[in-house]
Amino acid sequence: MGLKRKHLLGLKDVNKDEIKLILDSAESFKELLGREIKKAPVLRGKTVVNLFMEPSTRTRTSFELAAKTLSANVININASTSAVQKGECLKDTVLTLTALGADYIVIRTSMCGAPHFISTFFGGHVLNAGDGINEHPTQALLDLYTIREKLGKIEGKKVLILGDIRHSRVARSNIFGLQTMGATVGVCAPPTLIPKNIEELGVNVHYNLDEALPEYDIVNILRIQLERQKQGLFSSAHEYFEQFGMTDDRLARHPDLMIMHPGPMNRGIEIDPGVAESPNATITDQVTNGVAVRMAVLYLLLGGEANE
Amino acid sequence: MSKSIVLKNGKIVDVEKIESYIGDVLIEDGIIKKVGKDLSADETIDCTGKLVSPGLIDIHTHLREPGFEYKETIATATRAAAAGGFTTIFAMPNTNPPCDNEATAIYIRRRNETTGIINVEPVGCVSKNREGKLLAEMGGLSRAGVKMVTDDGSPISSANLMLLALKYSKAYNLLVANHCEDTSLSGIGVCSEGYYSTLYGLTPIPKSAEETMVARDLILAHEADARIHILHISTSWSVELIRQSKSQGTKVTCEVTPHHLTLTDEMLGSYNPNCKVNPPLRSKKDVEACRKALLDGTIDCIATDHAPHARQDKEVEIDLAPPGISGLETALGQLFAELVHTGIAPAELILSKLTAGPAKVIGMDAPIIKEGAKADLTIIDPEKEWTVDPENFYSKGKNTPLKGRKLKGKVFATIVSGRTIYLDGKIKEEVC
Repeated sequence: MGLKRKHLLGLKDVNKDEIKLILDSAESFKELLGREIKKAPVLRGKTVVNLFMEPSTRTRTSFELAAKTLSANVININASTSAVQKGECLKDTVLTLTALGADYIVIRTSMCGAPHFISTFFGGHVLNAGDGINEHPTQALLDLYTIREKLGKIEGKKVLILGDIRHSRVARSNIFGLQTMGATVGVCAPPTLIPKNIEELGVNVHYNLDEALPEYDIVNILRIQLERQKQGLFSSAHEYFEQFGMTDDRLARHPDLMIMHPGPMNRGIEIDPGVAESPNATITDQVTNGVAVRMAVLYLLLGGEANE
Repeated sequence: MSKSIVLKNGKIVDVEKIESYIGDVLIEDGIIKKVGKDLSADETIDCTGKLVSPGLIDIHTHLREPGFEYKETIATATRAAAAGGFTTIFAMPNTNPPCDNEATAIYIRRRNETTGIINVEPVGCVSKNREGKLLAEMGGLSRAGVKMVTDDGSPISSANLMLLALKYSKAYNLLVANHCEDTSLSGIGVCSEGYYSTLYGLTPIPKSAEETMVARDLILAHEADARIHILHISTSWSVELIRQSKSQGTKVTCEVTPHHLTLTDEMLGSYNPNCKVNPPLRSKKDVEACRKALLDGTIDCIATDHAPHARQDKEVEIDLAPPGISGLETALGQLFAELVHTGIAPAELILSKLTAGPAKVIGMDAPIIKEGAKADLTIIDPEKEWTVDPENFYSKGKNTPLKGRKLKGKVFATIVSGRTIYLDGKIKEEVC
């Protein structure tokens, strides 16, 4: 049992059966995570390298925990303390890791397509843990898992992704994954944060949150980087919160909404603390599910290998 | 007296009338001695089934020398050009030092005399040190035989400097050319903005980054009553703006690259840095608009924008890679495969846009195959099928998105001043 693909670079070209397989496996791994002794020998003798060229807490920890629970050797490389600081190019970093015996490279980078680039010469498995504004496939998979867990199914659900769609790898991977699983996707943001031609991906575009909310079952709220305001993409945090923030009032008007957020959150900028801590919110469940989903991906990318 | 050569039984292309006829061309002492039938000479090149064209001219080539010899040199670029059928190329001035003065222009000529194998015409900078602030010494550049000035690689961002350049250059009969890109709009973009930039998650470059500066430059040229040449035009609206301005009498010319005539932004899905070019590959609609404009005369010529880079420059993440395609050796095959063999454009028209077209833009006489003309000639086998292997390039720049692509149409021979410098796949050893 396994995936036929060698790498997980994005969800753009991952089909429904593959996603279902990942989510089903994640279910068994989540059960394992609930046990007294959280350990399975699935990746014993394998080396997983977390190559993080950008700051990250939850994704890196989540991958580390997933790999360790599966008994892999885990190495964490942080760009700020590695030879990258000495001007080493990505190719040499990866060739070095290959020589050290890496079986997996989990890469987080600000460069779009970097995971695709290293997959052209790295002999092991490449997992995209977020590449620039492109994709963050395991985040979308854990979001899908959480939706299925909470609402029983994904098909037919209506999901509104709220926030900086233009610069969001989470949005892109969610759009691909949700659509593949039969959900309807909308996006809501100031027009300056909506990428061009996104409606051609089959996505509904909204500029008015209050008009959009009644149409949706789930709101997935993205972190708004204050950097974008400095770039002039919106006028002020105050105005953003007023028009696009998930406030207590808005939740009160739509009490059945499921509230998701990939973190890290800016309380009071894109989400009210009351919303984040409401029973509607699945934010901490998403974190827990992330470990199970990443275990499933690490396991399934071995393909038939693990059972041999 | 050198050996005479006869090009036997070829399809001779008249790039002015855009037609061809079967005949022989006799070459002696570097010039075309005779064009006719049943001619004979010391040496015969059988051109049956082949096109005999005036030598191709590329008015937009990055030779990288001086300063970036690790990417390309005048020696390697001129060999690549010869293999691509070009007999004259214009060396873009974004070198180090930039070609912003008479001495550097003369240096480039000298280097070509000693290391090059075809004609190289230096292009000068518009601004001192290519900084976009103050005008370069255009008089000196003109004395060194420079015919065109541009800060290519960078735009002339200041409208005031552009207007001054358009006026000042008239004293020296220099053509001002601009790389139109409003960098406040293009930013750190990688992919033309549209469906594919959104699908692939690549930082977008809006088309308006090019179009707004094209529009500005047309207005400035009109005001200055000066000639202007728009480099590597790539969007449907840019084309439309130029079409309209031409009809109103603005003295504008423009060029398009082979890649903007044949490739689209869909290719960026590979995240291959060799698909990264500036301006970026555009949508199918833009490619079609460029093709139409080439056919109706809105676009005056085809230029390669040959931009060689070293392996280490391009073997990085696409965001970090410098833009550019090594294009001299694939231009003709690409144009024949995608435009001629598909029935979109006759071979004679494509060849005209690679010969008479650029000559007119620069203000040179149109190259015609006739008695007494300089024997700069290119012989093309239009039916030859071949596969692009950058490792076989003469250029140091192996950066092509066409690796592994099957093309149809190849240069058979390149003749400069009566000397055959490239024949049947190889640079002739005696010229090396």
